[in-house]
Amino acid sequence: MTADLINEIFIGAAALFVVLAILMFYRAVKGPTTQDRLLAVNVLGTNTVVILALLAAGLDQPWFLDIALIYALLNFLVAVAVSKFTVERGGVL
Amino acid sequence: MIEQVRFWAIVVLVAFGLFFTFVSAVGVIRLPDVYARAHTASQTDTLGAGLALGAVALALGWQHATIYTVLLLFFVFITNPTAAHAIARSAAESGIEPLTSDDLEEGERR
Repeated sequence: MTADLINEIFIGAAALFVVLAILMFYRAVKGPTTQDRLLAVNVLGTNTVVILALLAAGLDQPWFLDIALIYALLNFLVAVAVSKFTVERGGVL
Repeated sequence: MIEQVRFWAIVVLVAFGLFFTFVSAVGVIRLPDVYARAHTASQTDTLGAGLALGAVALALGWQHATIYTVLLLFFVFITNPTAAHAIARSAAESGIEPLTSDDLEEGERR
């Protein structure tokens, strides 16, 4: 009985994290500079990792954690690469 | 008894994780400057994600998936401030001026 309650808590918390992740789109769309948008996308990626981990525990699907790990790696790579390209080449492309 | 302690520890960790992520979201939306936003993104978002991942690791117990979760927690704890530092440094090198208190007194709020 307690295990079911914990699963429901995790799924509810994942839903609230989705709401907080959607709020990040405001800064990603409006942000005056490229760095603002990049920062918003980075925070959104961290929220996505947390959502995937919460769903892995809540839905009892441990392989979601593999996706979360790869997502965290790509998130860090994108943040560092884009922030380097904006300085050295004046843009991403 | 020990199940009750574990249950309430998980609830408290998830609640604090949600609270700190909410603080991070409010900061990224409302703070006036890219450097202030990088500050809140590196601190509160890392703490919120760490607490929520700690709750997941506590709920999973002793199995293989817990090792993945602890690894993920450690990775997020290292890389998130590093990424925020890279973004703030790229903002400084591309010539974005920090907002000082003089700008705020003139009423130039963004």
